[in-house]
Amino acid sequence: MKRLVYLLPLAVFLVIAVYFAVGLTKDPSRLPSVLINTPVPKFDLVAIQGRDRGFSSKDLKGEVSLVNVFGSWCVACRVEHPFLMKLAKQKLVPVHAIDWREVDRTAGPAWLKKFGDPYTLIGDDPRSKGAIAFGVTGAPETFVIDADGVIRYKYIGPMSQQIWDETLGPIIQKLRQSGAKP
Amino acid sequence: MIAEVGHFALVLALLVAMVQASVPMVGAARNNEVWMALCRPAAIAQFLLVALSFLCLTHAFVTSDFSVITVAQNSHTDKPLIYKISGVWGNHEGSMLLWVLILSIFGSAVAFFGSNLPPGLRARALAVQGLIAVGFYLFLLLTSNPFERVIPPPMNGNDLNPLLQDFGLAIHPPMLYLGYVGFSMAFSFAIAALIEGRVDAAWARWVRPWTMAAWVFLTGGIALGSWWAYYELGWGGFWFWDPVENASFMPWLAGTALLHSSIVVEKRNAMKTWTVFLAIVAFSFSLLGTFLVRSGVLTSVHAFATDPGRGVFILLLLIIVIGGSFALFAWRGPQLKSEVLFQPISREGGLLLNNLIMTVAAAAVLLGTLYPLFLDAIGGGKVSVGAPFFNAVFIPLMVPMIAAMAVGPLLSWKRADLGPALKRLWIAAAAMFVMVAVTWVLITDGPFMGLVGVALATWLGVGTLVSFADQIRLFRAPLPESLSRLRRTPRATWGMTLAHLGIAVAIAGVTGAGAWKIESVQVMKPGDKVTVGGYEYEFKGATEHPGPNYTARRGLFIVSKGGKVFTVMEPEKRIYPVQNMPTTEAAIHSTLWGDLYAVVGDPQGTEGGFVTRIYFNPLVIWMWMGGLLMMFGGFLSLTDRRYRIGAPTRRQAGAAPVAAE
Repeated sequence: MKRLVYLLPLAVFLVIAVYFAVGLTKDPSRLPSVLINTPVPKFDLVAIQGRDRGFSSKDLKGEVSLVNVFGSWCVACRVEHPFLMKLAKQKLVPVHAIDWREVDRTAGPAWLKKFGDPYTLIGDDPRSKGAIAFGVTGAPETFVIDADGVIRYKYIGPMSQQIWDETLGPIIQKLRQSGAKP
Repeated sequence: MIAEVGHFALVLALLVAMVQASVPMVGAARNNEVWMALCRPAAIAQFLLVALSFLCLTHAFVTSDFSVITVAQNSHTDKPLIYKISGVWGNHEGSMLLWVLILSIFGSAVAFFGSNLPPGLRARALAVQGLIAVGFYLFLLLTSNPFERVIPPPMNGNDLNPLLQDFGLAIHPPMLYLGYVGFSMAFSFAIAALIEGRVDAAWARWVRPWTMAAWVFLTGGIALGSWWAYYELGWGGFWFWDPVENASFMPWLAGTALLHSSIVVEKRNAMKTWTVFLAIVAFSFSLLGTFLVRSGVLTSVHAFATDPGRGVFILLLLIIVIGGSFALFAWRGPQLKSEVLFQPISREGGLLLNNLIMTVAAAAVLLGTLYPLFLDAIGGGKVSVGAPFFNAVFIPLMVPMIAAMAVGPLLSWKRADLGPALKRLWIAAAAMFVMVAVTWVLITDGPFMGLVGVALATWLGVGTLVSFADQIRLFRAPLPESLSRLRRTPRATWGMTLAHLGIAVAIAGVTGAGAWKIESVQVMKPGDKVTVGGYEYEFKGATEHPGPNYTARRGLFIVSKGGKVFTVMEPEKRIYPVQNMPTTEAAIHSTLWGDLYAVVGDPQGTEGGFVTRIYFNPLVIWMWMGGLLMMFGGFLSLTDRRYRIGAPTRRQAGAAPVAAE
């Protein structure tokens, strides 16, 4: 009996180690979204100042695209911004945007003017209607949408070349190859 | 070329560590003195090689040698020199190099100062140190080589994360690591003791100063970290129960328990197995902290560079070191017999209570930190456990702990009476009621926890003074006798008194800043005024200022109290163009009774308005004063004659068995 007490720390540690091992196989920045593999719910966002077109769920049909959630208040968005500019220049995939929770309608356009505008379509989303449709938890967040308008992947946090090369790029490649059904 | 020298020195250090881990251990088993003696030159050689390697990396940073990847990714020519140097450990590879450097410093300290140690114990302890070092050298060389080159080298570097370009954070990691790695000493001695199957008072006296030194540094590291969070993150908060903060708090709790239990081993020859267990646990928590920060198992604001590949390696290291030592503990632990049974009401009973509560607290923090991981692993989704859980667990644990903490020092060893001890504390009880009543009258609408905090801080503070007064028989003996007792008070007693007072002061600080903080967020245009905590802040506008590697928007507040100008506050928001990242430099004016804290945010609207956040944080400075008191107390205790390195043998030379003291 007394022996068992001495074995207890080892047992507890081993249990923790097993959980660590499982934990290592998961990417902590990839929160699963309940909406993965479901079509984007209907939304229709108005244009931001200085653009004549808004952004709606209909725009997502026909080709694989990215939807990036940003806001001028979001610090991490500024971190990923140079990469998005690069992506836009290479024209690899259309990148749409949801300009989320701007207090002031001029803030988003001013931010894009200052740092550059990489987006194909932008919807103004001060009331989080679009964000709710996508199940956004925070900004920046980027969704991969297939040609049928189905959400295929959600990346949380600032994008970078590495994430593009290792994750988003291959997913988009696969979606394009397999047509609409991966 | 110099980077290659550093790399080569690291490889040599690995080889030396392999020798140190094996030969003295075998020598101790075979009682071969020559093999055992090898541990000392090996430990010193290891230190010299790692120090050389560290200097090489520092050279690469100072000269901005961007052909070294680590430098290119974390430095920039425009960066001030001090942050070029702190950049050495402001990244994963360099911080791991600092880790092994500190490990080798401790190892060579044993080699230098350990001439009085029994040769077998010294050889085994240093061999265990060598083994840990081997693991970390392999980790460095195989997964995180700090000297890797890049061809062609970039024109300039990526700069250090601007949040880390700060003096407090420049010295935070070395302090923290001195604490983390310092516990490796207690660990190595514990493993050596398990192998030898013997723990005695001399062993405890050897382990205690190392544990104390580690504890002082860890306390300092944690205090610095919270201070940094307080002034740099700009939320007016100082502790977020973030996984990485918890990772430094768990070894602190275990280390605090270890400090107290080793006293019992030394004085009463009891609680031996438990102390060995705590020594393993304290270092295991340190390793766990490293794992949590570096592996990406848990996300946190601290996770600047996480990599699952490294995580696998560290996990293996954890399984070998922690799993191995717990297995050894299960095998050999039952043989460490404690001879004495003891009474619950006694000094050692009080220390045991301290140990139980500290351990439960550490376990609770562990559970709270890992719970999201557990849930995710069984497919329960992602959750985060925040302040509500920790507050709910911690406060009920701390109340009995603090209540007993004032009583414990008044109890005598072996057997004591609770009655007289409590009677001597009447003044602490009276002070407690007065303070609670005064607080209640002054702050009518504060939360109930505020009153609890005031009660605890007063009880402990006055109680600690009472037991010190009791020690020198103040007012109970003639004054000259008290004075001469005061002069003869051992430094360890001074240290204990100051450290316990430090806890009381820190509780007051946490209570003040937690319960009665005043916060005000608003848009202000030049000329606007706002009153927070009795101080009137007039916003004078914000202007742009260039810095060495950033541009700053500096706001100006004229603060007045009662119509008179009190101070000028200039919070900044800095943009570091290389990483295009802003940082907040809060303006803080500390007074004994509270901090004035102002932050300037982004422009708002078209008429020169800015978002400003102004806080009044009552007593917050007490928290860090408490931390300093604890550190100073620990330091004083370290200088106590009894723990001075080498003291054990000098006593032994007096023919009296050490355990008899």
